[in-house]
Amino acid sequence: MSWTTIIKSRREGETVPNLHDYESIRAHFTWEQARQDLEGLPRDQGLNIAHEAVDRHANGARASHPAIRWLGKDGTVEDYSYGRLKELSNRFANVLQQLGVARGDRVFVLAGRIPELYIAALGTFKNRSVFCPLFSAFGPEPIRARLSIGQAKVLVTTTSLYQRKIAVIRAALPSLEQILLIGEDRQPTAIAGTQDLTALMQQASPSFAIGPTDPEDMALLHFTSGTTGTPKGAIHVHQAVVAHHMTGKFALDFHQDDVFWCTADPGWVTGTSYGIIAPLTNGITSIVDEADFEAERWYRILQEERVSVWYTAPTAIRMMMKGGAELARKYDLRHLRFLASVGEPLNPEAVVWGQGAFGQPFHDNWWQTETGGIMIANYAAMDIRPGSMGRPLPGIEAAIVHKTEAGTVDVIEKPGEQGELALRPGWPSMFRGYWNEPERYQKCFAGGWYLTGDLARKDEDGYFWFVGRADDVIKTSGHLIGPFEVESVLIEHRAVAEAGVIGKPDAVAMEVVKAFVSLKDGYEASDELRRELLGFARARLGAAVAPKEIAFLPTLPKTRSGKIMRRLLKARELGLPEGDTSTLEGAS
Amino acid sequence: MNTPLMPDEIRQTVLCLLGEIAPEADLTALKPGVNFRDQLDIDSMDFLNFVIMIHKAFGVEIPEADYPKYGTLNGCVEQLSDKRVT
Repeated sequence: MSWTTIIKSRREGETVPNLHDYESIRAHFTWEQARQDLEGLPRDQGLNIAHEAVDRHANGARASHPAIRWLGKDGTVEDYSYGRLKELSNRFANVLQQLGVARGDRVFVLAGRIPELYIAALGTFKNRSVFCPLFSAFGPEPIRARLSIGQAKVLVTTTSLYQRKIAVIRAALPSLEQILLIGEDRQPTAIAGTQDLTALMQQASPSFAIGPTDPEDMALLHFTSGTTGTPKGAIHVHQAVVAHHMTGKFALDFHQDDVFWCTADPGWVTGTSYGIIAPLTNGITSIVDEADFEAERWYRILQEERVSVWYTAPTAIRMMMKGGAELARKYDLRHLRFLASVGEPLNPEAVVWGQGAFGQPFHDNWWQTETGGIMIANYAAMDIRPGSMGRPLPGIEAAIVHKTEAGTVDVIEKPGEQGELALRPGWPSMFRGYWNEPERYQKCFAGGWYLTGDLARKDEDGYFWFVGRADDVIKTSGHLIGPFEVESVLIEHRAVAEAGVIGKPDAVAMEVVKAFVSLKDGYEASDELRRELLGFARARLGAAVAPKEIAFLPTLPKTRSGKIMRRLLKARELGLPEGDTSTLEGAS
Repeated sequence: MNTPLMPDEIRQTVLCLLGEIAPEADLTALKPGVNFRDQLDIDSMDFLNFVIMIHKAFGVEIPEADYPKYGTLNGCVEQLSDKRVT
């Protein structure tokens, strides 16, 4: 089925989109010029994300403007003006200084969407340490792996998460010097070997001068998953803020009176780049909801907070679609001006559903942890081809390429032909490396292009269309899961001989994690063992990473060199042709 | 047959379904008035699967708008006590 293009025409009196003329703005855009939109540290001392996000507004006319409005699970509302956010992030930076946390040291935060998470991120930038968010639904094992790879010096978390997930792995983390705990309802905590963050914050000075910050100083470490090996920490620098700021203007169409709601958790890159940084650098109000998805709660927030720009994810949109557009129409959503989606491709039905439910379509966009910010997008003033990820942002050059045997790449000019999506390096939020893994970083580049690992095609008008992943990484509910991380945990179970993990297509989550296991001699497949394995994996990996389904196989298909062929497991699961099986073990 | 369900039967079946979704969870400590998601490590997909399992096990239609009502053990009992098995 082909979908009709959604034509954009501007009505009298409507807000003029920042990117009102894609072709012409793109033609004249430079990143140097974009940098002029930011202030820079006083006395030419460089560029620091927290200064652009908080201090420059707090020092000016927007000091009392709401920066973050936090909605607690229980109905509590806390407002943080730019002025207050400046003071609190100063306090956190002072806490780090007092604890001897230096420039470049990694400060991890494992927490739900609570105000302290946002304050810690900004205070960490101010101290020129490196902020590393961890998704709070991770189990102990993914947390341990990331803290250990990133050589965490500080961990900020809550008493409850500490007791459930950190206490059991603490002994395995020798580089971790400080654990700062946020007590339940900010009540004092006194767990041996930890400090009470609330108390430290109260004692710390509310003044802090950000030291000289090189635009290339490391600011963020975001973990992502590959097909093989351990999670990779993608390094981002302070200069990335130029891209966060401009992409917020162009792809999310931020205007100064906007109320913006990014529903992503800062444990994933969207929740940091757009859940923390971009709205603040643009001086607008950001909504943070502590609670998890619930359709009616979300409609209520959109209505009551008068959200004007909403950035959410396909899984949530599809869950809302199940409730029908009538539910949306019961709410007064007249303030909504722009809807955007990211995480995995948004199906055309969902793009169009936005029109019936909200009076406007969803604008899908594409980017990944490594790119730091939105790269390809559908814009307020550009016609939408439902199902397409849109066109590259000003300052971004994208192409479809084929890798050659010689290790170079051929750019495919022919419209409609599938290949790997590639980007020309050089934008400010481009990752600068994988932490301690220069080889894995080098492997991402060929012939002057960054290879994204996503397969796509480009049509005759320059719109890009997602096709699939070039590797075995699983896209589920907007998150990337590395199959290896899941398999490694499963084979730790005494009954499991081998494990192969794939993404099984799913109507709501795009893919769900499905594991195939073969058993050691002496163990028999049973429902009871399946449940035991499921519980085993969930307790270690957490609900966000663990398989949703486990199936037993007598043996797993392997190459002659013994590598499990996930591709074949997936083809069999889907009833598809098995493709080239010449390297399959036992093939003649 | 058109028998109303007893709260105990409902509770037992609901716990059994939760055990399918999150076998690692200690359900004996489950607080009946507190949301599952605040005491068990379950994500939104798990909760969606849980509601689908309730629908199958009890043969009841559950409109999306009612999903949150199934977020606690007490909520499930309340919702399902009105229903009758057919």
